Amino acid sequence: MPRLKGHHRTFYKHRLPMRLAHWVSAVCLFILLLSGLQIFNAHPYLYWGSASDFNAPWLAIDARNTEQSGIEGQVRLYGHSLETTGVLGLSGGEGGNADQRAFPSWLTIPGGRWLSMGRSWHFFFAWLLVINASVFLIWAAFSGHLRQLVPTRADWLGFGESVKDHLRFKHPTGEAATRYNVLQKLAYLFVIFGLGSLIVTTGLCMSPRMDTVMSDFLTFYGGRQSARSIHFLAASGLVLFVVVHLFEVIVTGPLNNLRSMITGHYRYRTDTNHKEKHDD
Amino acid sequence: MTDFTRRSIIKALAGTGGLLTLTGCDSLSRTPWFTDILSSGETLSDVAQHAITPRKGMAREFAREDISPQFRQNGSTNPQTSEYRKLAANNFKDYVLKVGGRVKNPMNLDMAAIRALPSRTQITRHDCVEGWSAIGEWTGARLNALLKQVQPLPGARYLVFHCADEYGSSQSRYYESIDMEDAEHPQTLLAYDLNGEALPIGNGAPLRLRVERQLGYKMAKYIMSIEVVDSFDNIGGGNGGFWEDRGYAWYAGI
Repeated sequence: MPRLKGHHRTFYKHRLPMRLAHWVSAVCLFILLLSGLQIFNAHPYLYWGSASDFNAPWLAIDARNTEQSGIEGQVRLYGHSLETTGVLGLSGGEGGNADQRAFPSWLTIPGGRWLSMGRSWHFFFAWLLVINASVFLIWAAFSGHLRQLVPTRADWLGFGESVKDHLRFKHPTGEAATRYNVLQKLAYLFVIFGLGSLIVTTGLCMSPRMDTVMSDFLTFYGGRQSARSIHFLAASGLVLFVVVHLFEVIVTGPLNNLRSMITGHYRYRTDTNHKEKHDD
Repeated sequence: MTDFTRRSIIKALAGTGGLLTLTGCDSLSRTPWFTDILSSGETLSDVAQHAITPRKGMAREFAREDISPQFRQNGSTNPQTSEYRKLAANNFKDYVLKVGGRVKNPMNLDMAAIRALPSRTQITRHDCVEGWSAIGEWTGARLNALLKQVQPLPGARYLVFHCADEYGSSQSRYYESIDMEDAEHPQTLLAYDLNGEALPIGNGAPLRLRVERQLGYKMAKYIMSIEVVDSFDNIGGGNGGFWEDRGYAWYAGI
């Protein structure tokens, strides 16, 4: 039951299993991304197909020697090269002492070049994320939480309006803010079922042992190197999601949002005119 | 509190938190009890892969047109030990593979004897732990046929491959090991040909292992002897292989 508190009410928005799953996922995604970049650094080139055509990666993050300015970090995307010295390809230290590494040490776990340790981190937290997601999905399916994420007819009818509102950074207030809006629902469904299943299956496709039973997936993705590329792109998609997610958290009241994801309680202002008149 | 100061405080907190986390991850990476916990993930992967996929499951075989134009030469590409230089100088005519340890019938085989063993040719994908893949056509002696001849004693669990190359800053001997399940697998070969020609030195001449359901570091090159053992605790660093002694998983299925 909502509790009256002046003209503010608090609402129990996030149940405990949901909050736990959220924070476990947050920690796992953070570590998976940074240990993933450590693994990427071991061979900072991406290809399409089954095998690597070393002459034609579609993405390369490495260093090149130039006559004018010596060694430079670069990102090459389909042959188009961009100098990125200091961050990508070449970073840390000064000039000649800089490290030739795709992602800089402050973006990888561990910081230094250490593939075996990066793999240990990556696989441990991959298991943790998969177990966490499985438990969450079972709970969500039985508790009715998952149904909350499915857009209703009214949601679809208001889709255009919701897009416009998001673009103008206009967000639901009052009672409406206690429910997920349609773009939010679609984003969560896309991340969990779209990117989530994509990143897990492309990850498994990189395993030569699992490939003995995953030939359909491999064919679907276009081969192991394609699976590796899609794994990287899906991770990039998750990064984009987190950026937008954090942006929305901040513009819709960071402390209130943070509290609701820690204690479950979300505070909102009642929006009926009747109430406001009385409270004022 | 103004929005501006609130924002800068959050920013500062997030920044410090991020840095502390990363420094924390680095020191945890050097903490034995923590890395023991971390490596349980790899143990779980090993168990899961064996539970989900069949023992005799076959690695995919490709068509001729899929073969990589150049099969990358990685790790050691030209061993410098005098023993190996002598063999290479004579085009491996004096090469003898020693097979011993916990077997009923130890054997010494020269290249002619190895080439006379039941063989197999397969076009498979080689996956390096670094992330790249290459496709090549391998011809070699079937390891299960050799095992039948040497007859492992009851209790024998692993095959250890001792190599000619000294690798890395420590310049220690490369070695690797696999279990009986992989040794008996029909695609496990002692390969002597690559793409229809004698195996180049860069790819492991005269003999390299093919274990198609694992990563490249398991596929020892420059094999000099095979030792059948009950345990590899007392070999090298005790972890079953050169890279395993440096933190990589013994079962390299992913």
